[in-house]
Amino acid sequence: MRGMVEVRFHGRGGQGVVTASRLLAEAALLEGKKVQSFPAFGAEREGAPIRAFTRLSDTLIRVRSQIYTPDVVVVLDPTVIRAENVTEGLKDNGWLIVNTAREPGELKKELGTKAKVATVNATSIALELLGAPRVNTPILGTLVKSTQLVTLDSVISVVNSTFKGKVAEANVKAVERAYREAKIEEV
Amino acid sequence: MKTWEEVPFAGYILEPGNAESYRTGDWRSRQKPVINQEKCTFCLLCWIYCPDGAITRRESKVEIDYYHCKGCGICAYECPSGAIRMKSEAEEA
Amino acid sequence: MMARKVLALNGDEAAAYAVKQCKPDVIAAYPITPQTIIVERLSDFVADGELDAEFISAESEHSALSACIGASAMGARTYTATASQGLALMYEMLFVASSFRLPIVMSVANRALNSPLNIWNDMSDTMGARDCGWIQIYNENAQEVYDFTIQSFRIAEDHRVLLPVMVCHDGFVVSHSTEGVETLSDSEVDSFLPPRTPVYPLDVENPVTIGCVGVPEYYPEIKYQQEVATKKSIQTIKEIINEFNESFGRNYDIIEKYQMDGAEVALLTIGSASGTAKDAVDEMRAEGKPVGLLKLRLFRPLPVEDLRKALSGLKAVGVIDRHISFGSMGGALNMEVRAALYEMRERPHVMGFPAGLGGRDIRVEHFIKITEELLRIAERDVLEEDYRVVGCRGPGCIGP
Repeated sequence: MRGMVEVRFHGRGGQGVVTASRLLAEAALLEGKKVQSFPAFGAEREGAPIRAFTRLSDTLIRVRSQIYTPDVVVVLDPTVIRAENVTEGLKDNGWLIVNTAREPGELKKELGTKAKVATVNATSIALELLGAPRVNTPILGTLVKSTQLVTLDSVISVVNSTFKGKVAEANVKAVERAYREAKIEEV
Repeated sequence: MKTWEEVPFAGYILEPGNAESYRTGDWRSRQKPVINQEKCTFCLLCWIYCPDGAITRRESKVEIDYYHCKGCGICAYECPSGAIRMKSEAEEA
Repeated sequence: MMARKVLALNGDEAAAYAVKQCKPDVIAAYPITPQTIIVERLSDFVADGELDAEFISAESEHSALSACIGASAMGARTYTATASQGLALMYEMLFVASSFRLPIVMSVANRALNSPLNIWNDMSDTMGARDCGWIQIYNENAQEVYDFTIQSFRIAEDHRVLLPVMVCHDGFVVSHSTEGVETLSDSEVDSFLPPRTPVYPLDVENPVTIGCVGVPEYYPEIKYQQEVATKKSIQTIKEIINEFNESFGRNYDIIEKYQMDGAEVALLTIGSASGTAKDAVDEMRAEGKPVGLLKLRLFRPLPVEDLRKALSGLKAVGVIDRHISFGSMGGALNMEVRAALYEMRERPHVMGFPAGLGGRDIRVEHFIKITEELLRIAERDVLEEDYRVVGCRGPGCIGP
């Protein structure tokens, strides 16, 4: 991916959409990249569809508008697909990463996107390892496995510095498992 | 009068207590309090009540500071012994 | 000496981190979105013992600034933060702080004013407070928020200045946007910002009276003294920025030029819109269009002479305000730039473009449209409108 990479996160209030966006930025910052991560706050509260944005670049990022033609779209909640056009503006050579039990090929056909698709059942991973459907950390495992925007090590290191003790441990496990269990469309 | 360069910084008053030099007694236009020292019991109520601090407390008596007294009459009204009487300025003059 | 660290901070966190390093004695504040993160972080720093300051949770912004005024008059290094309605509620005390010449530093995460109820960004709050006698510095990103929060204390407390400073950043666009911020070590901040030396602090041993009556015989002299100090502060602010640049390898100015060589038309921006506008300038330049950009950092005092110099020789200028001064010529910046240029013999056409009201996203495409309009104005040498609102659907506006 050239120059600046733009990532748009979709999810629902309370799922950690903003945190996922920020963790990705922090991981890239560790690797010496320029980063920008910000939410699109609406009047919404828990449960409403919300978006967050991450930009990664080797050079200074100046643009501060929202992201309209993302290289990567990350969907933290499969039901958001019914509420929002998540693939809007997604580049043909980009990536769509979705938290779902479904197969990438099936989703690709349904959404009619040319972008490559990766899926993972992050909800079941989160429920099992974190005891709550907080899918923001596991989905990052699948994101880095498919897009290789940052390394798995950088994500783990940021998760470790963001959370403490057992919570950090469980989140790292969730990231690693979502990395392993990522279903990536055959290219 | 002072120019903008000469007035104190931001209009601060740097000389403490300089209000004392302001002759507010000149504002007294009709009546002034006069103490009858014979009747005065040195209860100091006038000294407490005077809004301008114009009653001066001495060793065993009080005096009116006409330099600052505005002639409001509160001291005479409050005096329980009837020792302070308001007299017209004209009468005194 | 601690090495410089690049930290992931959003604009609010950058402000809070800088304030912590500036070691204020007193912080008095009331939380309001999108500034809340600043005072949350600062109260954490105080609670965790990382910052030895008196943290006053006031019951309103009016009280918060009143407490700051008292503390600053005692000689304390004093800080507060607010936004929108909070700044509006402070209005009465804003004048008192500046007239007392108290070096209070206040972060403002710019936010629109009701109604309709809106928590998002524009500059209605601080632009509405432009005549309160405070220095106003506007920042583009979290790095600038960090750097200028530190410089604001130096500026405010400099004995040639002694004025309160509003250090502003756009709500959400900067306040909630996480970026890499190169922070200075504590010792570097200490060396740049020595402890405050108050001029006439309230002190029972050396009593002074402040806030007394200013009768008509004295009021103009006291106010003109304040006006002269405010105008003169431009020079001191430049010196302090230069010292900061030299000490820490930055490259700031009160007006920053971007792609101005050979430019015939230019955007004049303030705050975070500057970054997006620069990307638009690059796109126009790639097409060979003579477009440049000037970013105004200091709105109060307005660097009138610098503006005249920077804008002379251009054919058209588009001023990007982020608010509307209702019923006049768009935004305050547009009107003041036009006023500043009026007596110049060779002056550019100046058109206002109030944009991004109430958090409406400002996109590169908007600036492309604006620069195309400026090129048309330059070509025809005619200006037909004083201003046009950007990011609004319907006739007479540049939408959506």
